[in-house]
Amino acid sequence: MMRLASQRSTGGTAAEPRFDVELVAVTKRYDRTVAVDAISLRIPPASYCCLLGPSGCGKTSTLRMIAGHEIVNDGDILIRDRNITDLPTAKRGTAMMFQSYALFPHLNCLDNVAFSLKMRGVGKTGRYARAREFLDLVEMEEFATRLPAQLSGGQQQRIALARSLITEPQVLLLDEPLSALDPFLRVRMREELKRLQRELGITFIHVTHSQDEAMALADLMVVMDQGHIRQVGTPRQIFEAPADAFIARFIGGHNVLPTSRGLVAIRADRCRIGQTGNGAQFSGRVIAVEYQGPVVRVALQMQSGEHAAALLPDDTFFAAPVQPGDPATLVWSEADAHPVAVS
Amino acid sequence: MMVGGQSYQTAGRGRPWTFYALATLFGFFLLFLYGPMLVIYILSFQGPHGGVTFPMVGTSLVWFEDILKPGQMANIPVSFGRSIALASVVSLLTITISVAAGLAFRRRFPGSGVLFYLAVASLVMPSLLVGFGIGLGFRALDTKPSLFTSALGAQLTWTLPFGLFAMFAVVNRFNRAYEEAANDLGASSWQRLRHVTLPILLPGIIGVGMGAFTLSYDEYARTTLVIGERNTLPLEIYALISSATSPTLFAIGTVTTGVSFLIIGITLWRILRLQRRRAGAVPS
Repeated sequence: MMRLASQRSTGGTAAEPRFDVELVAVTKRYDRTVAVDAISLRIPPASYCCLLGPSGCGKTSTLRMIAGHEIVNDGDILIRDRNITDLPTAKRGTAMMFQSYALFPHLNCLDNVAFSLKMRGVGKTGRYARAREFLDLVEMEEFATRLPAQLSGGQQQRIALARSLITEPQVLLLDEPLSALDPFLRVRMREELKRLQRELGITFIHVTHSQDEAMALADLMVVMDQGHIRQVGTPRQIFEAPADAFIARFIGGHNVLPTSRGLVAIRADRCRIGQTGNGAQFSGRVIAVEYQGPVVRVALQMQSGEHAAALLPDDTFFAAPVQPGDPATLVWSEADAHPVAVS
Repeated sequence: MMVGGQSYQTAGRGRPWTFYALATLFGFFLLFLYGPMLVIYILSFQGPHGGVTFPMVGTSLVWFEDILKPGQMANIPVSFGRSIALASVVSLLTITISVAAGLAFRRRFPGSGVLFYLAVASLVMPSLLVGFGIGLGFRALDTKPSLFTSALGAQLTWTLPFGLFAMFAVVNRFNRAYEEAANDLGASSWQRLRHVTLPILLPGIIGVGMGAFTLSYDEYARTTLVIGERNTLPLEIYALISSATSPTLFAIGTVTTGVSFLIIGITLWRILRLQRRRAGAVPS
């Protein structure tokens, strides 16, 4: 780990670049459809950046353009102040971890990890020694001689990580890395990805459609939709002030309701049921009650037709429980209502 | 609920009558397929004074010895050698060309549609006519037909489309991400082909090679009009059948079957050994 870090700092230019990755009006077209529409983005050094959005929003195309697996139709991509837009994949200082991991099925773990060194002509002893260091980094040293088919999904992912990291990338690109794992493993690998990113001190760009994942991991969260970047910020900035109704709905945990002040987003955990007070209110009917442990989620349908939900602390809910079918009023404090643009 | 209860009872009573009907049909099919061959294998060990039908008059190996004597009508060992040599060349060419074509057809390219339908047409064309046409062509060019010119070409018109279609199936299951990963890890196009694409496709490629070998090894219709003066094994056997009948024919059948199983066995054994070595490699 220490060796990686030191190599990186000596390899850099005299002036530290301001951004690890810079996209300038990057556009991707397939035939007539525009997958990515002139997006610009700056990712500061050593960031964990999550590209978040629904399927077909252009996040994977963006990642693949940075990796060099897709041609950029327009615009420029810079990595540490170097324009890499037209460079071949291997010359960009990026490494990509594929959604399917794409581990070579005919090679054992050690040979998979050592593959890039072999391509560069590093001798057997040298490349195996180095590959073992990286297997060690992902805690897979005892699996060196196994074939990928003999590993679980989580273990395959660790090998894929080691195989990418051995190229000493300045930027690691991860395409939906956790989607193939079961929920428990997903949370554990999530922690591990974050730990690796922190220890290696390089930028990770992680594509996901899960807002939980993005919120848990990101230093910089980029919400995308229909080939555009809708909002960029820390997860907290975005959760506390979603820029428009789409984002409020997509990141979840918000009610988007039309009020006299226009469209507003209110966090569901700031809403209450049935208390009249100084706040605004909306009346409707309870359609579902979900006990979730620390909180109880009460789903409502408003008289005007909108759906909304209140996340109530369990003791608050059980002090005045409601049942599906009950008439109920959703109330919130005016200070918690955040005006959002119609999207 | 009723449906569930009924099916449960059926399961408890045993298999439905259709199972026995279809199993009987399948039994007849197996008998039809392997029965005649079994008869041939048995009769090839016919005694020296026996004929081409049952009963067996003792047992002997004289008919096998008979194969090796160059007869007046047929020279089996030499034509066998020719067939193996031709089948090897055909199989190598089929592998090389159809692997390249299979990889190329992953993308649309100008003329890919036309090329595809031309390949289909070559399979559909009556085989005797193909052979006849090639024969006429060689005569028109005043060239003598021979084993590695006209016969090779005639067989390729059959094995190449077959190989191409087999490669479509092989390549279809190939995940492009493997190649992208290889690019990502700094492999050049050649390195990618040699270290990633070909090894992953290898089982399918061996299958194509074996298929082409077998198709060539027992090809008759296309080869017969273009072979020239030196026959391959199927042509030689056909000549034997139409001229004389003795248990020698059966002995030839037994030997060629043995050779086929031997080739398949060796190939499978090598594939398995390759896989085991890959799995068990412990580099230190």
